[in-house]
Parts: sequence; C-alpha cells; structure tokens
Amino acid sequence: MSKKLVVSLSPHIHNGDTIQSNMKGVLIALIPALAVSLLYFGLADLYIILTSVLSCIVLEFVINKYLFKSDRLTITDGSAALTGLLLALNLPSGLPLWMVILGAAFAIGVIKMSFGGLGNNLFNPALMGRVFLLISFPAQMTTWPVNEWASKAIDGASGATPLGIMTGVLNHAPGVSLDQLPSAWEMFIGTTGGSIGEMSALALLLGLVYMIWKKVITWHIPITIIATAFIFAEILHLVNPIMYADGLSQILSGGLMLGAIFMATDYVTSPMSFKGQMVYGVAIGLLTIIIRVWGAYPEGMSFAIIIMNGFTPLINTYIRPTLFSSLPKKVG
Amino acid sequence: MNVILIAVIALGFIGLVAAVILYAASKKFAVYEDPNIGKINEVLPQANCGGCGYPGCSGFAVACASGPDLQGKFCTVGGQKVMDDVAKIMGFEAIATDPKVAVVRCNGSCEHRPRTSQYDGATSCAIAAATYGGDTDCSYGCLGCGDCVDACQFDAIHMNAETGLPEVDDSKCTACGACVEACPRDIIELRYLGKRNRRIYVSCVNEDKGAKTRKECSVGCIGCGKCFKECPFGAITMKNNRAYIDYEKCKLCRKCVVVCPTHAIVEVNFPARKPKLAVTEAVKPAAPATKAPATSSTKAK
Amino acid sequence: MLKTFSIGGVHPEGNKISAHQNIRQAELPKQAIILLGQHIGAPAKAIVKRGDEVLVGQKIAEAGGFVSAAIHSPVSGKVAKLDTTIDASGYRKPCIIIDVQGDEWVDTIDRTPDLVTETALDSKEIIDTIKEAGIVGMGGACFPTHVKLMPPPGNTAECLIINAVECEPYLTADHQLMLEHAQEILIGVKLLMKAIKVNKTYIGIENNKPDAIELMTKVASKYAGVEVVPLKIKYPQGGEKQLIDAIINRKVGSGKLPISTGAVVQNVATAFAVYQAVMKHKPLFERVVSVTGRSVAKPSNLWARFGTPLSQMIDECGGLPEDTGKVIAGGPMMGKALPTLEIPSAKGTSGILIMQEKESRRLEIQDCIRCGKCIEACPMGLEPYLIIAQAMKQEWDKVEKDSIMDCIECGSCQFTCPAQRPITDYCRLSKAKVGGILRARAAEARAASESSKK
Repeated sequence: MSKKLVVSLSPHIHNGDTIQSNMKGVLIALIPALAVSLLYFGLADLYIILTSVLSCIVLEFVINKYLFKSDRLTITDGSAALTGLLLALNLPSGLPLWMVILGAAFAIGVIKMSFGGLGNNLFNPALMGRVFLLISFPAQMTTWPVNEWASKAIDGASGATPLGIMTGVLNHAPGVSLDQLPSAWEMFIGTTGGSIGEMSALALLLGLVYMIWKKVITWHIPITIIATAFIFAEILHLVNPIMYADGLSQILSGGLMLGAIFMATDYVTSPMSFKGQMVYGVAIGLLTIIIRVWGAYPEGMSFAIIIMNGFTPLINTYIRPTLFSSLPKKVG
Repeated sequence: MNVILIAVIALGFIGLVAAVILYAASKKFAVYEDPNIGKINEVLPQANCGGCGYPGCSGFAVACASGPDLQGKFCTVGGQKVMDDVAKIMGFEAIATDPKVAVVRCNGSCEHRPRTSQYDGATSCAIAAATYGGDTDCSYGCLGCGDCVDACQFDAIHMNAETGLPEVDDSKCTACGACVEACPRDIIELRYLGKRNRRIYVSCVNEDKGAKTRKECSVGCIGCGKCFKECPFGAITMKNNRAYIDYEKCKLCRKCVVVCPTHAIVEVNFPARKPKLAVTEAVKPAAPATKAPATSSTKAK
Repeated sequence: MLKTFSIGGVHPEGNKISAHQNIRQAELPKQAIILLGQHIGAPAKAIVKRGDEVLVGQKIAEAGGFVSAAIHSPVSGKVAKLDTTIDASGYRKPCIIIDVQGDEWVDTIDRTPDLVTETALDSKEIIDTIKEAGIVGMGGACFPTHVKLMPPPGNTAECLIINAVECEPYLTADHQLMLEHAQEILIGVKLLMKAIKVNKTYIGIENNKPDAIELMTKVASKYAGVEVVPLKIKYPQGGEKQLIDAIINRKVGSGKLPISTGAVVQNVATAFAVYQAVMKHKPLFERVVSVTGRSVAKPSNLWARFGTPLSQMIDECGGLPEDTGKVIAGGPMMGKALPTLEIPSAKGTSGILIMQEKESRRLEIQDCIRCGKCIEACPMGLEPYLIIAQAMKQEWDKVEKDSIMDCIECGSCQFTCPAQRPITDYCRLSKAKVGGILRARAAEARAASESSKK
C-alpha cells in the first residue's frame, strides 16, 4: 500500500475546543457590556478600547518575535486581544490615550510576557495594568465622566458613583448619605457612573450566562464571589444600616460584576479544581467587601482578585480534587 | 542627636547579641567534614551529570575521599586529567582509563529505511515506542524524536534533519551515559573513543531474521555471520540475528567492514582506502564524527 | 434521572454510523494469521506444527499460564508456519499461519440456530468450559474470563454487571449483537450467574440505544433477578470502575480489584460467547467487528473469524476510502492506530474505524493555559495537567504521588484539552515508568525480607 497511515496513541478524536475558541467565547460574552458602554459614552471609549487592544497585540508580537525570538505566532490565540479589551473595560472613559498605552505595556510586558507568556503569568495582566494605572494616576483613574446618555434620559445623573457615595458615608463626609445611592434597578441596567465595562450588571450577567452555556467557564468562581459579597455586605448592613450599604447595592455597584465574571475567572490565574475555585471565590468576595468598607480605596475588586491570584498556587497545592478511589464508598 | 544615639546603641547591641548567638551556634553545631572532599569537589567539573554513577559531583567527591583507592571511579566529564588531580589530592595511584564516547548504532536514515507510516503523537521516543514499532518497518531502529538530544546536558548530540538520526559530537561528548539511559531502543552505546578517534561498530540492533531486515532497511545487520568468521581476534559475537563487536577486543583491523554485505558495520575516522577496497566507502556512516581532533575529548568541559 | 458515574467524563459525538446494519458473515481469509497473544497475560503456547491439518474450532494453542487463554483455529486447513507478524501493538508478535482449505468444523460444535436453554453443568464445570473455550473479555481489554469468574480469596461476588454500554463513539458491534441475539445473551447471563453463584444481574445500556434497552428489558423480564439499567450517555461509562459506580454506586479503591466491591463485570459479547461455548460447544474463534468511518462506503457489522486480515474486511465494506488518514483497531477514544492494514483481527478487535485525513491529525501543541478542563473531565479525579508537566520533566516520584496508577487511560483529558496537549500520551508513559519503579521496589522489598529471614 502506497498510502502512509497516520499513527498516534489514543484518543484519536478531540472535542474541537481550542484556546482560540475559548478566548473567542469570552470576547463574544463581552459584547453586551461593550454595547452598553458605547451607548453611554459614545466614541470616546471606542478609542480607548482600540488603543488598548492594539497596543497589547503589537507589544506581545514584538516581545515574542524579537525578545523571545519565537517563530510561533502567539497573538493569534486571542489572549492578547482579550487582555487589551479587559484592561480597557476597567478604565474610565476619557482617560488620556498615552496612559492606556502605558497600562497595556505594563500588563503585557511586565505581567504576562516576563513570566513566559500565556499560561505562565501569576497575576491577571489586565487587572495589574489597571492597578498600576490606579496607583500611578489616582486622580485621572477616578474621574468618571458624566454619563451623557443617562444624563439626557434621566434628569440629574451625576458623576458621583455609587462607590463614591458609599466611601463618603464611611468617611463621614458632610452631606452624603446612603439615601443618595441610585436604586438597584438603575445600577442593574447601568445608568450610573463607572469604568467603561462596569456600567451595566445586566449586560455582564448576559455574558456570564453565555460563557456558562458555551462551557467556557464554570459557575463556581463568579457565583461564589457574588454570593459571598452579597451575604457579607448584607450582614454588615444589618449591623449598621446607616453606615453600610445593603448587599444588592454592593454587588451591583463598581467593578464587582465585571471582576467576578470576567477578571477572576481568568484561566491562568485562578485555581484548577472546583473546590479550589470555590475557596478562591469566597475569599475574593470577602476581601472585596473588606477593602471597600475598611480600605483606603473605594473599589476593592481589583485588589481582592490580585491578592487571591497570589494565593492560587498555594490553593492548587493544598486543595486538590477528590480522587475517584477516595470518594465515599456508599452502598446503594 | 539623642534619637541617633539611641538608634546607634540599640542597633549595635542587637548586632552584638546576634554575633554571640551565631558564634555559639557555629561552635555547637559544627560538623566535621573531610577537607579532602572539599578539595576534590573543587577540581571536579560540577556538571552534576551522574555519569560516574554517584549522585552529582559532591557525591562522587565523598566516594573518592572515603574509598581505599580509585578503582572503578571515573569522572567521565573531567576525564583522565581530573582523575589524576583527584589521585594527587588523595595520594592514591592514578588509574588510567580509556575515554569513551556515545555511539549511535542505527544507520537507518530516510534513504536507507523507507517510512511506512506517519507518526503523529507527542515528540518523545519513549511515547513513540509505546505507540508502535515506529514509522518504518524496523521496530528496533531509531525513532528520531530526540529523547537523547533532550537528555544531553553537554550539547553533544543533535538530530540531523536530513538523515533523521542523532549525531554525536565527539569533542563535546563526555560519555556520561544520559543518552544511553534515555534511548528506549538501547541503540546508543558507550564505546572506546579509540586511537585517533577511530572506531568500528555494527550500526544496527535489528533482531529480525535476515530476509525481514533486508526489506525493512538497506543497511541493517542481517545476521549472516560473515564478519564473525572474518574477525581474527574473536571480537565479534552473533546473537539474535545480529552481530556485535566487543570494543575491548576489537583491534580496528577493518576486515569485517569489507565483508559486510549490507554495510551495517561502520568505520569512523579512518583514512581513505586504496581504490581496490573503496567499495565500502560508498556507504558513509550517518553519524560522521569528523571534526574531532585526536585528544580533544578529555579537554571538553 | 438516569444513572451515571460520579465525577468527570466527556461527551464525544456518537457517530454510530454502522448502527442497525445487520451482522453479516465476513468472507473467509485465504490465509489466517492467528496471534498467540490475543489477551492480557502470558501468550498462548502453540500445540500444532508446520504441516498439521486443523479443523475449525480445534485447539491450536493452549493457555500459557493462569492468566492466559487457549486459542482455537478459526479456519480449517493446513498450518503453513509458525512466524511473527505485526499486531495492533505495532510490534512483531508470534503467530500461527494457516492456509485455509474449505470450512470443516469440529463435529462436536452445534451449528443449528436452535436455542438451548438448559444445562446440567455446575458452577465449576461452567468455568472450566469457559476456560477451555478460550473466552476473554470482549470489550477490548481481553482479560481471560475464567480468571474473573474466580474471585481471589477474601472477595465474594454479590452481583453480576453486564457491560452493554458501548460508550466508545462509532462502535456498534455490541448494540447489533443485542438486537439480533438477545435471547442467547440472556442465557449466557444466566450461565455466568450460575458460575459465580449470584442471583442479581444488572445490564447497563447507554440511553443512545433505546431499541436495545427495550428489547433487552422485554427478554430479561422472563429471567428472575436480571435488571436492565438504562444509563445516561457519558464517556467512559464502559470503564469497569465507572460502570460499577454508575450502577451500584460503589467505588473501587485505589489499587483494588473491581471484585472488592462485590461486582463481577462482563461484556455483553462475552455473555454471548459463554452461551455459545457452554450450550453449543463452540469455542471462541469469531466475533462481531464494526467496520465504520465517515468515508466508508458500506459501514457494516461483520462476523469475522480471528486471523482475518483487516484489509480484507475493509475491502468487503467498500474498500479503503481515498481520503483515509488513520485506521484504528477499536474505538477512537482508546483504540490503537495501525501502521499497516495487514494486521489480523483478534479477540479484542471490536471495530475497525477508518478516519479521514482531515480528522486524523492532531493540532499544534500549545502551552497549558491552566483552564482546569482536564480536571473537570478526569473520571478518576486526577490532575492531568500536573501529570503531563511532571512527566515531561521525568519527575516520576511526583507523578507517583499524584496517583498516576489510578489512571485508566480513557483519554478524556486529552480529548478536552484546548491547548491540544498530549496528556494521555504522557499519562501512559508515566504509568509505565511508575509501574516499573513500583515493581522494582516490590522486588527489592521481597529480596530484603528473604535475606533477613536467612
């Protein structure tokens, strides 16, 4: 026979899942959030998104080609584009573009590629980019432009974010009280201020549903984060309703949804086993509220995730999946 | 002023206490170590390859320092020179050992051994060997995935893209044996480097019957036994349909090379033959180690 | 809610192309090549020599040890020679080559289609008959059946589980066998129950074979203690440990035999073979083979004698398609890819799967992105991503600590890996390496205890 047969060990079939398809799944899941932000902020944030995505891709390409001298084209796997997009979604609309480029450079260059590229980084690049910018340029990073669309539609929407109000209350700022918080519904559909991507909890939840449906991620991390944050905030609220905002406002405000759904679920920096993922999720939920309530920054999500990223290797070492042979041997 | 003074005094006091503790600890927990171990360790190449059979260079140093002599102890990386140094340190008699080199005993290049299937599994000889007999009909020959190359920490073995076989660089090979371990087919063997780097070996380990071997590979050993009859020194043994040349007995006379009908016996670094005998030169070894100068192997680090 | 196993598992596409194709007799080969190692354990020892005349069903090789099985001639003719041939493992193995002449059967074999329902044999006699007939597990692992029917001391069989799951994609041999021979299978089940002295049997069938479930339930209702259990579709449900978990909810411990849970698992085709051996005096020399694949002209289920070259069976089903890339003996998840088609069929050849060139190639391997999908898929609760990483660095001690010996090599991890990493390849390698280390350690311990006795 002239034809040479292909030989390899089994399995001989694959479910067709690739890194690209997973990254694409996340990108598609972000579409509702993107649409909402474009609707609210217009072209201004389109520039930020494009700058961020492009600079991430270009940078990864350059580092891979000229620093690693690798022939493999890693940018085609879509992870660089995703990092860029997630970084942009974590920035306030109206941020100077050079800052966006700086953040992208830090995310890709320092956090991702210096560890060896996709799969080897310890921290979530997009989040580290954001935190880097937040610490370097606190003023610009917390200047929320007025939500144009919302201010036209709903009279009197201001630049003050729900988180700003909560922090104000906690710091006993004059004239600020929790009554000024927008209603849960407003926060849910997203007519309040915030970063590009954290506007509408509804849009983000749509993304979550899509990703779970497409099996890009499992429910463990996002649900445990949201549930823990809600329960913890609710307890605090019961203790002192004047000082502490209620659970619903906490989970719907700021970057909690965006973080829980898109940032904490990053494959590379989250634990591997379901049990580990749940521990990670609970810890992030608790840390977020702790930082929000007792920390110096109004937003605790980024820091909570980054802290837990650091604990991920430890979680992987100590929280392992249960062996089939050690499952309870019940007789039924 | 006062603050600075307090700081200086406080720090100085802490330093003093720490120094006393450290001194006490170093006295109390001191472990006696044979100073020779340290000295030997210094002359060893620190490759930690395990080629000597001990766990790394320090393990070898301990063994040298504790043994009654250096019998059976040899640092393949450092070679004779290092062993002479070790002997000097210990006051033992230096034992002369002939240097060895790794030899790839398969000549089944793409041209000699036709491919009959395509291997598509993980790039690992061990896994390819677990999968099947290999992408040629010969289930004894080189699989070409380069486990030996990965195992070598001296950069002495490389895959030749043209032949699909690994080639050993004599000048870099330290005969540590890592590639011998790594090869799932036991193709690689440590043999004497030989005078002026000259070696003769059967470059085939195929144990199939002659007729099958012929179909599988044009340069395979068919076990005809001609070399066995020809060898004047009794260095060749026939077993499982293949010939093997004992490098301890071989006197490099080259008579076997001439009679081998399939050119499975390979000679390395010999001068060209007279035209009458030039027939065998038609088949060059797939791993020509030409660059190596005569004495370089002991100098390699 | 249908039953299934507790953790892990994947859902490959069924692709049961050859389903509902009636089983037809494959042509006799001109020359039968009968391997001596068609089962797990010691290879059989040939008891014929060159020039001997043999009949169909005549014993030509006897068991080479306790864990071994006899081999009977599948054809009649003259022994041409004892030689070696490449088998599904890809290596040359000893075999007997018989030049086929006619089709003369040993006259004790009952060739009528009549159903025989009663036998006077007792438990031990049944097991002896099974052993004599050379019956092995027909699911693919080929473990000699009589060994499984004799639980080691300290274990007692409580129930029999019949594996009719056929969770491998493409394969339809067991499905079709159930549709055509349900009566015989259940008599075989009865015999097995008698052999191991239990009065409860579960027949596990995956829910993608509703007709088989219906038919088997109907036939089984006539037999006391036999229950058909429909199972949720999930791979690798046909794995012995998974099947026991799915049906009776007991877990086989690490390093333990399945019998430790009190269950004896037998394949449905084995039950049929037992019926033929005990009731019809017909030893095992043929089986149902699915010849299938997307490009195959006539996907079929064939009754093929062992020793028939696979190329001949493929020709009978429309020949090897132009776009063939890979030919697999068995299913796509655990089958062996073949380097040549001149390999003879054997007791474990449940199917021949011909894959198109475009489905045959693995994609480029990328770095692990730590997504954890392999952990999700692993039915044994292992961490495949860790095992491959350590195996690549040859850290066998760590791999051993990570319970590699629990691995059942089902391929779920590699099937699901988005980075296309050859995880199962490395798991197999690790198992072999760690197995070697464990054996060496055991031998050392034995030697040490012996020397201390002296």
